Amino acid sequence: MQTLDIKGEMTIYTAAEQKIQLLAFIESGQELCCNLAEVSELDTAGTQLLILAKQEAAWADKKLSFVKHSKVVLEVLALVNLTELLGDPLVLNVVEHSS
Amino acid sequence: MSFDEEMQAALVTFVIESQELLQAMEADLISLEQHEDPSATIASIFRAAHTIKGSAGLFGLEHIVRFTHVVESVLDTLRNGSLSVSTGLIAILLPCRDHIALLIQALAEGQQTEDTAQAQRGKSLLEKLRPYLGDAKGLATMQATQSGSVVGMARSHEGALQAGNWHLSLRFGANSLRNGMDPFSFIRYLATLGTIVSINTLTDAMPEAADMDPETSYLGFEIDLQSDADKAAIEDVFEFVREDSLIQVLPPNSSIAEYIQLIQSLPESELRLGEIFVNTGVLTQSELDTGLPQQANPEAVIAQNKPVASSVGVTTSTVQSANDAAQDKQKLNKGNKSLENQSIRVDSEKLDQLIDLVGELVISCAAANLRAVQLHDSKLLETNAKILGLVEEVRDSTLKLRMVPIGSTFSRFQRVVRDVSAELDKDISLVITGGDTEVDKSVIEHIADPLMHLIRNAMDHGIESAAVRAERGKPAKGTLKLNAYHESGTIVIEVSDDGAGLNRERILAKAIERGLIQSGTNLSEKEIYALIFEPGFSTVEQVSNLSGRGVGMDVVKQNIAAMRGVIEIVSVPGEGMTLRIRLPLTLAIIDGFLVGVGESFFVVPQDRIVECVELPKTNKPYEFMNLRGELLPFIRLGSVFNIKHETAKRENVVVVDVAGQKTGLVVDQLIGEFQTVIKPLGKLFNHVQGIGGSTILGSGEVALIIDVPVLVNYKSQREKAA
Repeated sequence: MQTLDIKGEMTIYTAAEQKIQLLAFIESGQELCCNLAEVSELDTAGTQLLILAKQEAAWADKKLSFVKHSKVVLEVLALVNLTELLGDPLVLNVVEHSS
Repeated sequence: MSFDEEMQAALVTFVIESQELLQAMEADLISLEQHEDPSATIASIFRAAHTIKGSAGLFGLEHIVRFTHVVESVLDTLRNGSLSVSTGLIAILLPCRDHIALLIQALAEGQQTEDTAQAQRGKSLLEKLRPYLGDAKGLATMQATQSGSVVGMARSHEGALQAGNWHLSLRFGANSLRNGMDPFSFIRYLATLGTIVSINTLTDAMPEAADMDPETSYLGFEIDLQSDADKAAIEDVFEFVREDSLIQVLPPNSSIAEYIQLIQSLPESELRLGEIFVNTGVLTQSELDTGLPQQANPEAVIAQNKPVASSVGVTTSTVQSANDAAQDKQKLNKGNKSLENQSIRVDSEKLDQLIDLVGELVISCAAANLRAVQLHDSKLLETNAKILGLVEEVRDSTLKLRMVPIGSTFSRFQRVVRDVSAELDKDISLVITGGDTEVDKSVIEHIADPLMHLIRNAMDHGIESAAVRAERGKPAKGTLKLNAYHESGTIVIEVSDDGAGLNRERILAKAIERGLIQSGTNLSEKEIYALIFEPGFSTVEQVSNLSGRGVGMDVVKQNIAAMRGVIEIVSVPGEGMTLRIRLPLTLAIIDGFLVGVGESFFVVPQDRIVECVELPKTNKPYEFMNLRGELLPFIRLGSVFNIKHETAKRENVVVVDVAGQKTGLVVDQLIGEFQTVIKPLGKLFNHVQGIGGSTILGSGEVALIIDVPVLVNYKSQREKAA
């Protein structure tokens, strides 16, 4: 099980860099866990990266979970109703079964 | 209108509406305890708080949103029944309402944020509300809002009616992010316009990792928004991104065809979008099924940036019937709406202008009539009579436009009675009857202060303390009644209490002590009671901070007299008293008596006139005359207003009454009764004393309306000075 801690902001300013980081992380293993506890800012670009990572992992048939979302992340996910997609693994499982 | 001006105008509307809502809220809160089933009232209080919060959010008035939100949360728990109505709760909610009113008032005075004192007060009120917030959810939402998030609020309204929501389809331009336009911030801002009922983020446009540019915007949003804002306001949210984005806004209750069209115009698959629409409850599965396959000519619609809402209803009978059904539903909704919005807000100045014009029309008609009489043209006379009749009807219905029920003024006193009885430690309830009675708005504006005084007076002096009441065998709870009814062209307002009534002996003793009357004077009951309206009269030994400062009752009488009204007292010792105020229905029309001095005409308000007599010829050099053994000072209108005229052969005296003092007005001619519309004098004549307004006679001549009290005072002051 591989773990990645994302720290600081996930915004348009850091997106290019983080895209490479995230894709490399997905390459690194089968079971992946991404810790969002230290994310201090999340905008559309950052959210898109999370979605991309999820999508890439799914295509590669890997398991990627986001955990320990910081308050900022939770707030954004609630705003745009993406909690189901990018929320806790528990919620994620439910979704996968139903679809 | 610039954006700033528009906001300013909107803010004014917000203040007015909020104040109305708060007034209704106060009345509702007070009546809450009296209802057996308070759910409707609670719902209306909740709606008021909710509306204020929503609109305040629109203007970015964070402090009002924050405070009102907590109040709303408490009301919500009340509404869903997990909290029940209690006196304690109402006692806290009322000051909370006052606080909101205070913030709104400050806003009206140009204060956009709260100052420390307000913040402090708000905080301590919220502290008191906290125990009622009960469940964690309320607290959580409260904290969420305080930290600036709108999500907590948005989620708590998922039960909202789906069809009544705006539907927004947003596909932000690929370069939005690079241009510094973060779609999320637009959605956050959108949430301040109303409540986001549902939101679906579409990730379909997201390419494979290799093709994905992290700085390009790929997300799409389907949003259902519940909002009172208009289409322009909602579209304006996206003003800065509109150019290269696909922003589509469908108003509430759009027809099925419009939704179908929208679905087809969007880049995602129909199936995917259809699912979203069904899931969020915008469309039903069957509506979707009938709509989608039947749309034969999608090319016309697919043109992507075309605003869908503007092109309505396309082709095929199936869609048409679905469309009809939807439109029927829409009509039904509109019908409901028209019931709700039966009244419209009109600037009272516009009404005044209308009344003014109608008044002039009446005058012109009279002039035309006069001409017809002179010409002996019977046909013209007949036509004129008909026109005059119509114009008078128009005048009457125009005046009725200004009529408002007195009920709202009355119900304001519920609060006063509640607060004052707490202050006095008396248990008093206010019973209101005749709230439907209509009276001119100008009268309403002027009656509130005198009524306030009478009510406080009745509570303080009239109704006894519970102990005394028990001793006298009365119910412990005192009753104060406000009643209104129409009587022969006047409105009668009664303030009655079931207290001790007036004490004849004490009033007499006091009046003698104050030198108002001579001891041994024989006075009727009415005359004795009328003494309490004399300046400086107060029978209560103990001066309380409510009333009894020796000012008041005389001021009340003056105020009422200024409205050409009268006040009388009916008192039954030990059982209570009734103060009966009789006012003209409108201040815009006056029953006058037309008199002439030389070439000039004057109107004396009829209710001031006691009698008319002839001036004795032998009286010439004096400024007073002998009226049946009484000395009657008089004023020569001709000399006061510097009218040069030859002294008429026969001069007349109109005897007027000002505060019980008779004075004569010497005029040449007595012409007769005259009902007329009062026209205010222009600003130029503001300093003129003794003239209350003007009117135009049928002949086109101007007659000045005499302000009797001012004229008499002016005269007596000049005499004192001389």
